[in-house]
Amino acid sequence: MDARRNWQDLPDSEGRFGAYGGRFVAETLMPLVLDLERAYREAQADPGFAATMADFWTHYIGRPSPLYFAERLTAHFGAAKIYFKRDELNHTGAHKINNCLGQILLAQRMGKTRIIAETGAGQHGVATATICARFGLPCVVFMGATDIERQKPNVFRMKLLGAEVRPVTSGAATLKDAMNEALRDWVTNVHDTFYCIGTAAGPHPYPEMVRDFQSIIGQEARAQILEREGQLPDAVMACIGGGSNAIGLFHPFIADESVRLIGVEAAGRGIDERFEHSAAINGGRPGVLHGNRTYLLQNEDGQILEGHSISAGLDYPGVGPEHSYLHETGRAQYLSATDEEALAAFQLCARLEGILPALEPAHALARVGDVAQELGRDGLIVMNLCGRGDKDVFTVADALGVGL
Amino acid sequence: MTARLSQRFASLKRANRAALITYIMASDPDHETCFEILRALPAAGADIIELGFPFTDPMADGPSIQKAALRALKADGSLKQTLELARRFRETDEDTPLILMGYANPIESMGYEAFAQAMHASGADGAIVVDLPPEEDAPLRAAFTPHDLSIIRLATPTTDDKRLTKVLDGAAGFLYYVSVAGITGVNAASTHAIESAVTRLKRATTLPIAVGFGVREPEAATAIAKHADAVVVGSAFVDEIAANPNGAREDVVERVLRKVRLLSDAVRSAREIEGTRA
Repeated sequence: MDARRNWQDLPDSEGRFGAYGGRFVAETLMPLVLDLERAYREAQADPGFAATMADFWTHYIGRPSPLYFAERLTAHFGAAKIYFKRDELNHTGAHKINNCLGQILLAQRMGKTRIIAETGAGQHGVATATICARFGLPCVVFMGATDIERQKPNVFRMKLLGAEVRPVTSGAATLKDAMNEALRDWVTNVHDTFYCIGTAAGPHPYPEMVRDFQSIIGQEARAQILEREGQLPDAVMACIGGGSNAIGLFHPFIADESVRLIGVEAAGRGIDERFEHSAAINGGRPGVLHGNRTYLLQNEDGQILEGHSISAGLDYPGVGPEHSYLHETGRAQYLSATDEEALAAFQLCARLEGILPALEPAHALARVGDVAQELGRDGLIVMNLCGRGDKDVFTVADALGVGL
Repeated sequence: MTARLSQRFASLKRANRAALITYIMASDPDHETCFEILRALPAAGADIIELGFPFTDPMADGPSIQKAALRALKADGSLKQTLELARRFRETDEDTPLILMGYANPIESMGYEAFAQAMHASGADGAIVVDLPPEEDAPLRAAFTPHDLSIIRLATPTTDDKRLTKVLDGAAGFLYYVSVAGITGVNAASTHAIESAVTRLKRATTLPIAVGFGVREPEAATAIAKHADAVVVGSAFVDEIAANPNGAREDVVERVLRKVRLLSDAVRSAREIEGTRA
């Protein structure tokens, strides 16, 4: 690791994190992403924008989220102390709303009157629909037809919140196709529409902007652990799909060189040439998709592969570009957990801590024990519990062979 | 191979007519049928050929070309196969410019330098890479320059004057005007809007102006061919394949060629009707 690297200055003016990131979009969208960047810079410089956001954090979302000492899990592993950053206690049950609030406040500043979003599991769709309802904005959520079938409760939630859920049947009809369709909608409705991307990926400035909106997670966690323990943690851990919860936790710790940043990817049924996983960093290679250069699941011709994970929220063939950079520079370490390991962690957490974690952070939890052993009894870990598991009970029951 | 493009546009200018640029997807519905279509395109009236290379996630394309890409991938289509089709085409035709069109990732995967060398070896003349805007195409430009290959840039209704300067810096071959803000083959722009856009672009560049996206019928092609230097048609041909992709090879080929002849007649007659022949 290069100690002189100025992590806070990334991305550069072209939206690059080293070789990753950028603005790989059709010419029709270029003026829009440039315009978005200008509007975001203005908002950043406006104290009123931050004040409005802070007010909604406190009174609508329920921030700060607690930092919880997972005492029984710590005893179970018998090693490093484990803390959970409880972003599953946010309104709508996950970290996704942090980002939606920021983007939609920005959309309002820009005078945009229509919001579009993509969703896989439906969590980002629900969060977007929620904020749109709060501000009275029409909202169209693109969702793969396959996912609509798998995630019926979230589809109904979005409809209750007044959003239109548009089924996507192109390609494989999952998250990446929903994102393609959202981009097609945006390119067609350039004048009034704001595209609210759900993860720290896409063309610049999205990866930076989503990271900034999610960084409240790490800012709070850093202050909370210093207050509770009087020291920085040895490791911060989070699951990685597109990686927005992870970058939100990591970023405020990035200059603290003593703090290990550990992401956990979804290894699905195992990381091998069958590509039945969603581990873009551990099982993919760099390429260009959805507006940025980053690690992707792809075949030798550069065709994008579908991947698999028991967790619909991690089931995406790419990863945010900043993670690709943190991986390449060695600043962060990327592990993985299989479907089976995540399921076991899900059950362990339920029994020992009385918390049903979402299947996404259950992946991070599946590696927490290993890291705790490695650090030993003096060690200190903060893991982002970025979503609650109520949405996953049907999936888990199914995987355990239990009929509901 | 920009020479082939400039010679073609020069001879069209002498004949006072616009070019018909025909787009088809490589390996759609299979390698051999695609090759039969490709080799017959010039005789059917194609002045320049765009050969699409398939990608799983064509984010700027409408349903017609999305489906064509899926058919091509199912038939084992790839960037390599596309270059092979280009090479075989060049053996049958020395003069018709051939442009490859698609998305960045298959090229990234092959490597920019390897791609440029393979294009040169196959006799292709240039490339349109939809998701490589000027800000991102420096590696491709660097790889193309020694082989005299053209990067064809796109201008759109959202391209203002400042942006146009950026788009034109490094542009070669021709300028592709995307006539609607949207995806391929769905909506069409009004003749008036296209005419004023072409006038504006011609003030900014000496490159020939090609107009595409949403051009499907002879009437629209005629209207555009009065003012623009080239008319690009894609989805309309691809749909002829989609209508019966598993039909007898000669039937599929003939369906496409019939449509090409129809559009070619429309383009060729555009300026005669107006009596504007110089």
